[in-house]
This record gives sequence, structure tokens and C-alpha cells, in this order.
Amino acid sequence: MEEFTISIYVNNKPGVLMRLSQTFARRGYNIDSLVVSPAVDHQFSRITVVVQGGPETLDQILRQLNKLVDVVHASHHDPKQSVERELAIFKLLIGPEKRSEVLQIVDVFRAKIVDITDQSLIVESTGSSSKIDAMEKLFNTIGLKEMVRSGKLVMARGTNKT
Amino acid sequence: MNGAQVVVEALKREGVKYIFGYPGGACMPIFDALLDAPELELVLVRHEQGGTHMADGYARATGKPGVVLVTSGPGATNTVTGLLTAQMDSIPLIVLTGQTITPNLGKDAFQEADIFGVTMPVVKHSYLVKDANDLPKVMKEAFHLATTGRPGPVLIDLPKDVVSAECTANFPENTDLPGYEVPMKGNADDIVRAADIIMESRRPLLYVGAGAVGSGASKEVLELAEKLQAPVTTTLLGKGAFPETHELSVGMLGMHGTAYANKAVVGCDMIMAIGARWDDRITGKVSEFCPTASKIHIDIDPAEFGKIIQPDVSINGDARLVLQELIPHVHKLDSGPWLKSVASWKKKYPLKYPKRGGLRAQYVLDELDRLSESRGIISTDVGQHQMWAAQFCKSSRERQWLSSGGAGTMGYGFPAAIGAQLGCPNDLVVAVVGDGGFQMTLAELSTAALQRVPIKILIIDNRYLGMIRQWQELFFDQRLSGCDLEGNPDFVKLGEAYGVKGFRIRRAGDVTKVLKKALAYNDGPCIIHAEVVKEDNVFPMIPAGAAVKDMLIEKPKDRKLEKPVGST
Repeated sequence: MEEFTISIYVNNKPGVLMRLSQTFARRGYNIDSLVVSPAVDHQFSRITVVVQGGPETLDQILRQLNKLVDVVHASHHDPKQSVERELAIFKLLIGPEKRSEVLQIVDVFRAKIVDITDQSLIVESTGSSSKIDAMEKLFNTIGLKEMVRSGKLVMARGTNKT
Repeated sequence: MNGAQVVVEALKREGVKYIFGYPGGACMPIFDALLDAPELELVLVRHEQGGTHMADGYARATGKPGVVLVTSGPGATNTVTGLLTAQMDSIPLIVLTGQTITPNLGKDAFQEADIFGVTMPVVKHSYLVKDANDLPKVMKEAFHLATTGRPGPVLIDLPKDVVSAECTANFPENTDLPGYEVPMKGNADDIVRAADIIMESRRPLLYVGAGAVGSGASKEVLELAEKLQAPVTTTLLGKGAFPETHELSVGMLGMHGTAYANKAVVGCDMIMAIGARWDDRITGKVSEFCPTASKIHIDIDPAEFGKIIQPDVSINGDARLVLQELIPHVHKLDSGPWLKSVASWKKKYPLKYPKRGGLRAQYVLDELDRLSESRGIISTDVGQHQMWAAQFCKSSRERQWLSSGGAGTMGYGFPAAIGAQLGCPNDLVVAVVGDGGFQMTLAELSTAALQRVPIKILIIDNRYLGMIRQWQELFFDQRLSGCDLEGNPDFVKLGEAYGVKGFRIRRAGDVTKVLKKALAYNDGPCIIHAEVVKEDNVFPMIPAGAAVKDMLIEKPKDRKLEKPVGST
């Protein structure tokens, strides 16, 4: 199993997401993350999906997606040719004694603290998914209670179409 | 105009002639609007599944989309099998379903079913219309989608308040579907590359499927085959895309195809799929399918390329248009020795059946083919009779063979014949059905009698689910489970109850005489009840999942067969 990032440009209509997820499920692909947002032209939506699946069926998946009437285009994105970002927020249940440790990590990763109480901290971070993974790992050793990740967003570099 | 009137007007504009329908509360406004449209004929069916198969048979026989109108809830869910049948075989259908009023959606209202969700995997596309003003556009798109590119069924769910609402009736001339492209001609470079591969071949084989029928490519297939001097095999659904009476025809290939077609598959050095999708009934064990032959694949649906078989060259386009472009690039191949081998296989391994030991289905079908001069439209159910009909009822032209290939839907044949006869009133239409399948949709006897369609319902009755029994005999040590159709009715008497004429065949000696009588009977439908031997097997056979070269010409006498590894 490998991880693939697929960007899909679709009609902004009810039922589209269901058709897409059925296509992935029928071919045995598991969806890791999925982001839907309006495109510049609001008649369309932009979907970024990260899926786990066999590389041999990737071509098939893209063709099956492109076959859907509501899909304008679907393509796989190589990380080298695209900008990838993810946003995460972490809730740590810690008292003042551990704040400096967290602050150090936040500083190194260029993250932000967005909420603070005497028993908790919320950290916001944007970056590559691997950076978020690294932060998660570190926070886990300190007192990570909750994590919400936006899922990966992707945009093709330069003038290429996403 | 209200929504229902817009729907009816759109159907008229699309040139629809028949609507196969069954009413219910949620679609009453549309049934009401139909009363004011005498040019649309409502065929009142007896079950929604039968209605979808009728529309499907109409579509396969005429090439025009079939239209179904049903109500919400169970009316809608009863169309699911018909949708799957059409989707698997790329048949254009428009299925209009009534729906509860929009304020009730999602509240488990009476006869509410989320049919838009239920049917999503078995349609080409679908709509749930929430604003009556969208109806003209949706209807236009639906017909466009159903009939262009790779055809398929389109479902439109119509809430009762939407079809009751007054709306603007702006009927668009064109569709605007940015995500939908219809490939046509094929890429010129791909065509040249394909031609190069073809010209290197000494043992060519054209493998022709439903896509050739859909695009109306039979003239081009014939021209190409004759120009190249290449043998042609057709799939179950490709039957008729090349005349099976032609000397270059090797008939059907695959699981129950002719031995010579399958030997040609094993022996060819180049195989060209024309609108065929390397289905598992064709390839058997994929890793051993034509390992050394070069492969060319013409398909209107690019998702078929590499799905099962990786072709050397793929050409994305309409089969007819692609062949027109390809033909000037090729000329006669040096295929003489190959054609001789094929001819010798034809001679050595003909389709055959025992002439003695009771009434044989194969003999009945062979005689039907002879007496009708291979000219009838044949629709079938699924099972042994279907394979025998495919083997012995030759197709000489497109749209003469109606059979549920991909879905394998029992109960398809009889209603499909009704639809086909309505669409082709001057043709002989024969439904070749099994005693099992016929009982799944026999409620349509009322419809057939009422419409007075002169279809011949040939029931091949062996009082078994014959294909199940065959597998249990061959692969499950003769342990018969659930295949005995004890309790079958007397089909002739059953027909009588519906006012349908009946004929009976019990002895081989009666076949010709009775078939002649039945074929001459045109005063409405008739049943021909052929009581054939109970235990008979379809051969040749490639056990599911086995390689084509491991085809069995007959039942091995000296060894026990392994359970097949293929799915069915």
C-alpha cells in the first residue's frame, strides 16, 4: 500500500462526494483525508484526497474518477511538483510547569499558541503533513489530549493546473 | 406548464414513443400529464423490474433509449435490477421515479426511498430534481448522457411537489456538461501505431464486443476483416456485429464459446478488441491470456484500458469512426496458413450435441435457427438455454441478440422480447427462456397479451436450474443443492389463463412441425413449452478462472474436476 494525493475538480452539486467515495471504496482504496472547498468559480469545488492503495490501480482510479459526469478532472500530484499544506490544532492538557517545553517545540516548528488556560494549551500549526506528524509525536510525550487535522491541501507549482 | 407537463413535453421532444410504466402516489401528476400526450404510448407493465427489462429490450433492438416511469419507494427499488442489467451492458435507459414531496425528504415518509443513493453504483448518472425550473435542462442532459459516449442508464428522481409546481419551460437546445467529453475519432498516432502492429501479424484475430453494436460498426468490422483476411470472434453481447454466417466468423469466444474461437484465441499472434472489455468470461485466467500476442484495444471508455489487460496500443474513440480511420492504413495480411488452421479446427471441433436420448434443447434451438433463417431477434434469460441459444441461434446482423451479459439477470428475456417487438413490429421476436428465469417475470404475460405482441416464448424446460445442476455435477460431486425446480406449473395451461396461445414439444420428432406452427402464429404472443431432457451439459466449457487453453470440449471421463477458482 502506498499513499497518493489526488486533486479532483468537480461540479458543486449534492451527491458528488458520495459518487467519489464509492469509486474509491469499490477499488479497495482507503481515504486518509479529504478536503472539499469551493473553487474560484463557485459552481465548482476543489477536492483533495489522500488515499492508501496499490500503485497498480492508481491509473484505474483516476480513469474511473474522470468517468464520473460531475468530475471535470482528477489528477495525481507528485509532491515535488506541488505545494502541499496541512493545518492542525493540538490540545495539550498541561499545567504551567510544562509550558516552556511546549513553547520550545512551538518555536522550532514555527507554530502558534492560540489558546491558553492554567490547565491547557492549544497549538496551531501549518506545514507539510510530515511536520505535523513530527509535532504530534513530540506532543504525545508531553500530554496531547486532542488533535484535529485539516487534511492535506495540494496545489500544482508554477502555471500548471491543479 | 407544471413540472409533469414539462417532463412529458421533454419526452416528446426526444422522440420517445413508448413509456414502460407502473403508477403510484408520487408519480400520479406525470401519469395525469400523459393523458394529454397521445403520441406517447403508456405500456402498463405488471412489475417495475419487467418494465425496465422491456425498456432495455426496446433499446437493444432499436438503438433508441428506453423509458421507464415508476413511483417512489418500492416502485423505484424494483428498478434496481433493471438498472444494473443496463449499466453492465451499456444500454441507454431513462428511469423516471416518483418521490415524496421535498419537505418530506429524509423523514421516512410513506413510500420514501433514497433511490438517488440506492442506485448510485448502477447508473451512468442520476438526478434528484428539487426545482421544477431545472426540469428541461435535466431531461435534456439525461437523454444526452444515456445515449452518447458509453451509453448507460440515467435515473431522474422527481418529487411530487416538484412535478406539480408551475415552472418556466425553457427547453435548451444543447447541454453544458464540463466534466463530460465524448471521444469520437481516436488519436491519429495511436491509429498508425495500431496499423503497424496489425501489419506485422500473421495470425490475427478480431475480438468484437457490444461497443461495436452500440456504435453501429458492423459494416466497418466486415470491411476490416475481409480486407485483412482475419478471423472474427464476437462476445456474447457482440453477437451480430459480424455475421456469424460469414466464413471468417468463428462465433462466440469465452467460457461457453466455440472450441475453434477459443483455439484461435490461444493461437493468435495479434488480438484486437473492438468495443470489448476483456471480461472474465472471455479471458479466463488473465495471466495466461494470450501471453505472446500483441493486443490492440479500441474502446469509447478509457477506463477499460488496462483494467484487466494491458494493451500494446489503445485507441480511445467510437468503434465505427476509429475503424473508418484505421482501414485505409492496413491491407491484406499473409494469413493463409492461419486461416487454414482455423478452418481445420472448425471441422474438427464443431458445436455438437447427441441426436438421440430424448428431446435436446440444442436441437430445438438449432431448428429454430434453421426455420427462421437466422433472422429472428432472440432475447434470452441466463443459464444453459442462453449459452445454447448463443451457440446455435446465429446472428446475421446487429441488434438481433438481446441477452443480459454483464449482470446475468434471470427474468430478463421475456420482458425484453416484449419491448423489442414493440420497437420492431415487423421482426420475428423469440424469447428463449428457461423454466427458472421465466418464472421470475412471468407476470408480464398480461402485458404481452394486452399489447398483442406476437412474440414467441420458447421455454426450455428441464425442470432444473440447469447451469447450477451442471456445476454441481461437474465440480461438486453431483451433490445437487437447490437446483430442482419441482413444482413448475404447466406452462401451456398457465398461458391459457392469460389468453396466451400455447404449443407443446415433448419429442424430437415434433420439433419442426410445432415450431413451424408457432412461428406462423401471429395473433398475439404464444408459449412454446419444450420439455427437454433433464440432465444435459453445455460444452465447450472453460471452468471459471482456468486458462483458455484448458477448455473442456466435453465432460472428462477419466478424471474429477477441481472446483473452479474463478468467481462464478
